[in-house]
Amino acid sequence: MIEVTLDRVSKQFGGAKGVENVDIRIKPGEFFTFLGPSGCGKTTTLRMIAGFYYPSDGRILFGDRDVTNMPPNKRNTGMVFQNYALFPHMTVFENIAFGLQVRKKSKAEIRDKVTRAQKLVHLDGYGDRRIDQLSGGQQQRVALARALVIEPNILLLDEPLSNLDAKLREETRQEIKRLQLELGITTIYVTHDQSEAMSMSDRIMVMKDGVVQQIGTPHDIYNRPVNQFVASFIGESNLWEGTVEQAGGDEIRVRLTPDLVLTGLAVNASPECRLAAGQKVTLSVRPEAIHEAGAAEQGGENAITAKVVLSEFTGVSMNYIAQTGPLAVKAMFVGQGHRMRERDETIRFIVPRESIYFVG
Amino acid sequence: MNKPQLTPPPVRQTGRWTSITTSPNFVYVLIAPLFLILLAYVIYPFFQTFLQSVKLDGALSLKNYAKFFSLEHTSNLEALWTSVYISVLSVLTCGIVGVAMAFLLERYEFPGRKLLSVLVLVPMALPPLIGVLSFEFLYGSSGIIPRGLQHLLHLEKPPFTLKGIWGVLVVHTFTMYTYFYMTASSAIKGLDPSLEEAAANLGAGRLTIWRRVILPMLTPAIVAASLLVFMISMASYTAPLIFGIERTMTMQIYLSRTNGDLDMAATQSTLLSIVSILFLILMRWYQSARNYQNMSKGVSVHRTEVKSKAGQYVSMVLSFLGVLILMLPILVIVLLAFSEDGKWTTQVLPPSYTLDHFKDLFTDSKTWRPIANSFKMSIAATIGNLIFGVAAAYAIVRMNFKGKTLLDILIMLPWALPGTVVAVNLITAFSEPNVFSFGQVLIGSFWILPLAYFVRHLPLIFRSTSSTLMQTDRSVEEAARNLGASWWYTFRRVVFPMALSGILAGTLLALVEGIGEFVASILLYTNRTTPVSVEIFQRMYAFEFGTACAYGVLQIVMIILVLYVSRKLTGGNAGSAI
Ligand SMILES: Nc1ncnc2c1ncn2[C@@H]1O[C@H](COP(=O)(O)OP(=O)(O)O)[C@@H](O)[C@H]1O
Ligand SMILES: [Mg+2]
Repeated sequence: MIEVTLDRVSKQFGGAKGVENVDIRIKPGEFFTFLGPSGCGKTTTLRMIAGFYYPSDGRILFGDRDVTNMPPNKRNTGMVFQNYALFPHMTVFENIAFGLQVRKKSKAEIRDKVTRAQKLVHLDGYGDRRIDQLSGGQQQRVALARALVIEPNILLLDEPLSNLDAKLREETRQEIKRLQLELGITTIYVTHDQSEAMSMSDRIMVMKDGVVQQIGTPHDIYNRPVNQFVASFIGESNLWEGTVEQAGGDEIRVRLTPDLVLTGLAVNASPECRLAAGQKVTLSVRPEAIHEAGAAEQGGENAITAKVVLSEFTGVSMNYIAQTGPLAVKAMFVGQGHRMRERDETIRFIVPRESIYFVG
Repeated sequence: MNKPQLTPPPVRQTGRWTSITTSPNFVYVLIAPLFLILLAYVIYPFFQTFLQSVKLDGALSLKNYAKFFSLEHTSNLEALWTSVYISVLSVLTCGIVGVAMAFLLERYEFPGRKLLSVLVLVPMALPPLIGVLSFEFLYGSSGIIPRGLQHLLHLEKPPFTLKGIWGVLVVHTFTMYTYFYMTASSAIKGLDPSLEEAAANLGAGRLTIWRRVILPMLTPAIVAASLLVFMISMASYTAPLIFGIERTMTMQIYLSRTNGDLDMAATQSTLLSIVSILFLILMRWYQSARNYQNMSKGVSVHRTEVKSKAGQYVSMVLSFLGVLILMLPILVIVLLAFSEDGKWTTQVLPPSYTLDHFKDLFTDSKTWRPIANSFKMSIAATIGNLIFGVAAAYAIVRMNFKGKTLLDILIMLPWALPGTVVAVNLITAFSEPNVFSFGQVLIGSFWILPLAYFVRHLPLIFRSTSSTLMQTDRSVEEAARNLGASWWYTFRRVVFPMALSGILAGTLLALVEGIGEFVASILLYTNRTTPVSVEIFQRMYAFEFGTACAYGVLQIVMIILVLYVSRKLTGGNAGSAI
């Protein structure tokens, strides 16, 4: 267990920008995730931690130790590559044993540790298999065992699930999380899949075009996104633009269309957002926060009357896309005793004032 | 727009031909002729040679073999030993040069790399005989370089000359390192850099990564190339001939044949064939047993730049030397092609030059005749190869039938057999009329050389066609059938055009190989059908170097053209045909 610090780290590739000014402190034992669309610099950052790239600027520390320019083989990190990078000319056992052999452990100790690692990833008895005799999921677990068996200070995973099919991905995800909790190892996880990041991480760093957007717990990132990009990248969201009509107090009134005004709370605003009368502002509202207007609430505060454009039943929920004037409303009703509306029917929504978040 | 047809269109009449092509046994109609041809011109001659080697005065006997292995007249055993050790040494030298070149060119960036990586394949453009001759001209006892150094340094005699076994080895290295180079460089390209990173991540240093990851990953490529070079060295005939090493298997066969001892020639051929076939089998087995290329896709190998000033100078000088060594053989042939016959005696370079040899090539009927002969015979052989190769490739890639592996092996067999052996086999089989020669004596007729070329180059069009066929999706063919096309129509309109690039590349290659063929030709030619390569050989011994080299230049130009065109055609995958 070790703390990892990236101290204003940047990386350029020749003229091209890789990542810019990443400044994070990952706590011992933490499960930390880099999240962002493809090409945003997640792998680049991870590879700097592993030592395959050296930063153009900034420092990397493991604990108090500056490892910025330390060669990768001296860092004692365990990395799981996106394509697994298993040695095809070695058996499962030999693959897992490789790191221990490099560390000149005794034969008995190697056998012992490899066997335990195989058990850990449920591959006992597979030691003599060749790599091409394994399924994708099994290869994945060999890669994981190979990284864990050296008892690394930090576990690095680069999109480890992206080559698996949906069901296996779910299982393996839980498996990785279980191992991480059991071993208590500091883990850095790279993914472009927001639901993966949300479900596994202690904290998430959201990136875009090499620039860090937000660092926070899944809860923070979901409920208090700092900008439109984060709001739209994490989960579904209604992003509505409007003009602030009245600000100053606890309540903020925003006009979205000539005949629709919503009221939200001033505390629910991202730090990037300036709330002053006449200011353009973007509201983020999660679809599941919207509910159907009861008989008493018709025409009340934050009520929207809209026409259904699309309705779908997923089993868990009812999803609507509805239109009111120029505004599209996405809403999701879970487990409400609710009559399904067809296309072109009218539906009345309530947007609770505490569910409105001002993202600037 | 037409209205959609509601009634189904009339199903086309099923004629007799259609019922043949749709029958499940149709495949055997297609492959029976293929097997028949292989039987007639590969197996039967081979078997005849074997029979001749074990028959003495009409009775079965192992006398010939006893004679071969006898300890009294050890010339045969010596020849076997010399062949083997030349081959082993060739594997070593070719391996070192080829793998080192592959690593330098794939992993490092230095001044001159681009040029060198194009020229590194130049040895492939040298026709066998011309390649050896150029080394004799350059480095031999009266070669340009030794004499030049002698003059420059005012020495009594040349400081070195290339002769004997060393000559053979140097020529082998120069002409065969490309096999190592090509397999090793494609293996290095296929090496996933993340494997090295994974090893480094697990704590391995540079040396461990080399020992435990890179070398084991290259082993299959190196072993495959070693087997190939060993086989080709064993079959090598021209280099020992020019450098005067008589005690090699191929030379012994040639000598036995020219001395009229056909029994011994047959015995030697059979033994050499057994060695070659064993190696072919070994190679096949090894290739199927180990193959771990490209588990991942879309990786780029990172080239290390040579950055230090000293390193840059050294690499510049070495690249220049490399380019020089690679180009000299071709340059010297071109130079000599302009030299006057018979004037070059003790000077460093030929003293007088002329354009006449090139004019004569196309105007003097005496010099033109061999070119015309070679073209005629090679075209005849290539037409046969084309029909056979395309049919066989289609059958093997697209059809299911019993005996597929056998067909595959039989087609590759002539490739493993040394040219000398192919010639001896044909001599024993077709010195007398039989059904396969349609009752004719082929030896001494026009047809024996085309037949030899056909047999020797049997795998070329087959290989290039089947590799393009494998890359094309068979569902395209099914779509054509689904749209109502007959088998033959589909073949003509869909399969053939799709495989055309591979077919053409293989055809051109077979054509130039036929025009340059020397090893079997020298044993089989008649005076009326002397091919170019034999003519070159004869002119050399008449000291008409200029004319000989002019022929050589013609061959080189054709080979370079064909290599260029086939690279264009197949997008650089023509290697599969070689
Ligand atoms: N070795 C390299 N050379 C040049 N550019 C690179 C290199 N590696 C990554 N990049 C660039 O850096 C950016 C971030 O890439 P990467 O970290 O791989 O993104 P991802 O978030 O998808 O893992 C991309 O624009 C990519 O093109
Ligand atoms: Mg990536």
